[in-house]
Amino acid sequence: MKRASIFFLIFSFILASCGSSNNSSASDFTAAYIENKGSDTIVNLALAWAEKYQSGHSDVRISVTGGGSGTGIAALINGTVDIANASRKIKEEELTEAKSNGVDPIEFVIARDAIAVIVNPENPVDKLTLQQISDIYSGKFANWKEVGGEDRPIVRLSRETNSGTHVYFLETVLRLGDKKDKTLFSMDTLLLPSSEGIVSEVRQNPNALGYDGLGYVPKDLKMVAIAKEAGGAYVLPSIATVNDKSYAIARDLYMYTNGQPTGAVKDYLDWIISPEAQAIVAELGFVPAK
Amino acid sequence: MEKSLTWYEFVITRAIKASGYSAIVFVALIFFFLLREGLPALGEVELTSLLSVRWYPIENYFGILPLLTGSLIVTLGAGLIAVPFGIGTAVYISEIAPRWMREILKPLVELLGGLPSVVLGFLGILVLSPYLRVFLGLPTGLTALAGSLLLAGIAVPTVVSVAEDALDAVPRAYREGAWALGATRWQTIWRVTLPAARSGVLTGVMLGVGRAIGETMAVMMVTGNAPVLAVKLGSLFSPVRTMTATIAAEMGEVASGSTHYHVLFFIGLVLFMISLAVNIIASSVVFRTKKRAERILS
Amino acid sequence: MKRIFSPNRHLVERIGFTGITLMALATVLPIIGTVTYILWKGGSAISPEFLTGFPHDGMRAGGILPAIIGTLYLTIGTAIFSVPLGIAAAIYLAEYAADTRLTRLIRLAIINLAGIPSVVYGLFGLGLFVLFLKFGTSILAASLTLSIMTLPVIISTAEESLRSVPQAFRTVSISLGATRWQTIRRIVLKEALPGILTGVILGLERAAGETAPILFTGAAFFLPRLPHSPFDATMALPYHLFVISTQVPEMPIQIQYGTALVLLAFVLTMNLIATVIRSRARARRQW
Repeated sequence: MKRASIFFLIFSFILASCGSSNNSSASDFTAAYIENKGSDTIVNLALAWAEKYQSGHSDVRISVTGGGSGTGIAALINGTVDIANASRKIKEEELTEAKSNGVDPIEFVIARDAIAVIVNPENPVDKLTLQQISDIYSGKFANWKEVGGEDRPIVRLSRETNSGTHVYFLETVLRLGDKKDKTLFSMDTLLLPSSEGIVSEVRQNPNALGYDGLGYVPKDLKMVAIAKEAGGAYVLPSIATVNDKSYAIARDLYMYTNGQPTGAVKDYLDWIISPEAQAIVAELGFVPAK
Repeated sequence: MEKSLTWYEFVITRAIKASGYSAIVFVALIFFFLLREGLPALGEVELTSLLSVRWYPIENYFGILPLLTGSLIVTLGAGLIAVPFGIGTAVYISEIAPRWMREILKPLVELLGGLPSVVLGFLGILVLSPYLRVFLGLPTGLTALAGSLLLAGIAVPTVVSVAEDALDAVPRAYREGAWALGATRWQTIWRVTLPAARSGVLTGVMLGVGRAIGETMAVMMVTGNAPVLAVKLGSLFSPVRTMTATIAAEMGEVASGSTHYHVLFFIGLVLFMISLAVNIIASSVVFRTKKRAERILS
Repeated sequence: MKRIFSPNRHLVERIGFTGITLMALATVLPIIGTVTYILWKGGSAISPEFLTGFPHDGMRAGGILPAIIGTLYLTIGTAIFSVPLGIAAAIYLAEYAADTRLTRLIRLAIINLAGIPSVVYGLFGLGLFVLFLKFGTSILAASLTLSIMTLPVIISTAEESLRSVPQAFRTVSISLGATRWQTIRRIVLKEALPGILTGVILGLERAAGETAPILFTGAAFFLPRLPHSPFDATMALPYHLFVISTQVPEMPIQIQYGTALVLLAFVLTMNLIATVIRSRARARRQW
């Protein structure tokens, strides 16, 4: 019995080391290793980039993790990552924290993103003004019929507070860009830990209203056209409307490094802004940084 | 009379004694760390603010009441389901089922206890919450109820194992005495066996409930995570946010040393104290009963 | 006395038994249903490539080998720390400790360790191993965290196994001139081994399936290669399932169920092994 378990352990070690030697070359130990962490909005894009880059550069290994923009920036401040992904600008408090830790965040715009407001395909509502969306999420409107829909309760879906998407939505939509505004999401807003959670709930719940980065909205979900003001044009999000600024909720996506990047990190970031990498941006539903 | 210890035996014995104390060391260490990182929250956030009803940490709203009530209502719901089903199943296995079925059922229930909570949460979002939404006509299926159902699934094996052991341990003479007096098996179970096993059954219930309070992944995936003050009965059918899900969802983002970080540790401290209280009560109730350990912790 | 002989007590018994049986059924059927459902939905995803390949295309295709290996590493790491310590502590409690207040405190501590929420372990692991001791997000930190969590299970089952060895064994051994430790090592431990092994496997099974303790202490979303040292972070099955079912858009449902199935199989196999060890030991027992 004891012998059997020892054999099993040895066997699994052999299996494990076989696996690792199949997937890495001898040069792996001297390879450059880049740690990339942060925004869940960017994580799939970052992963696609990492895969593409590594297939062309076998001497670099990149690991990608999500957790939210706040997570990435916190990790940068703690000194545990090389590149932090953020779907919002770094906050004042974070900058102060960074400085006191001896960290100097340098910002790079690596793509642009539209935030789409999504509803269930059965929902007849297909256009809303920014003010209406703000009122729904702050709790003023609780029923779809108040915004021209059916008599159904509105189930408000949102990302978690550590999400850059969430913060951006709070500042741009709920508070309509007014820095002094203190409006908050209504207390019964569901704070889902991921974009995909929002998508799957909206997909099967006709009462649901959600928002997500354009890259996360699958074809079968319905996007709402948004007018910046009552009486203005209702615009659907797309690469074109983000670039000509007619879509109301669009933002830059960032990567932060500690100080000016050098070596492998610099090469990677240079590649990310190159046309080859930016083509991937468009493929995934984001907007290439100009 | 002991032989004089060789040097080797002396070292081993000392090492074993040290290991024995290790449990206390770890509990103390955990408590110490939670205190160290959590107490500053009391200094940085006023108590009235901590006890307020809004939890929105990025704007410095640190009211933990919604989280507390969220955890409580989900646990309460889980308890209401797990206790009758758990005790009932334990009674069935111990008193009613034929011998051969017992040998199948016990491992089967233990199997449920081994299911990782992330798997249950996974099925919860894909299967359970849509069903709840449709069958109960709710605005959304991501509710406290979904969490309670999953938690009951996690708590029941613990309740069943411990309670079944306790029932099994009741001496046969008790039952035989009752039967000899003319009682039916049913009457015997409820008036004799169960009361005799009362402390063991209670332990099982408390341990099961304790496990439910501390559950993280399953609730994070299905309760909707809305920080609402859950005090009405109807809150069971609305989204809530538990303390455990809050820590799990937000811990990654905080800069260590920030106020948010301290408050999250404070919540962890609260959770620790709650489980401490549950355990102290459970063990004082069962001071003398010998526990079948592997069942307790399945 | 009169109440015992109420006229319809047999009817009550019939109804009661039926109710209890239904309850037991209601508990057991979901278990069978859950496992069957995952088997059914995930079975088609299982293939040699799935089990031995790396994820591709943003993890939407390919295999889950790094997660499987990661969980294996974490389980082994947990075993390394918790098994020796746990068994030693159990030996102390079963063979050496007197029934003093200190011993009762130790037992209370063990019960408490068992009851601490898994996410609080994650917090503790983050505070102590990742930050304070500067191990970083690593297999080491995650294994240490998981082992403290597994300790109570191992100590309790091991202690009980040791206690179940009849006292006669020890008495005879001592009377033949053996020391206490010799008795323990050569006789008691050997007899108690199946029970201890069962407890160890059940404890490790729990560690393998946990997500919250490894969330901030060792788990990674995606790593391009297998971990090389204990200071590397790692992918792991429970965290991988969480991530692909909630974070990645357009994730084929097949892969989600397939991953759930693999995790389930991992955990259930350990459960099965433990159960088999336990029943064979019981059958073979000479006392």
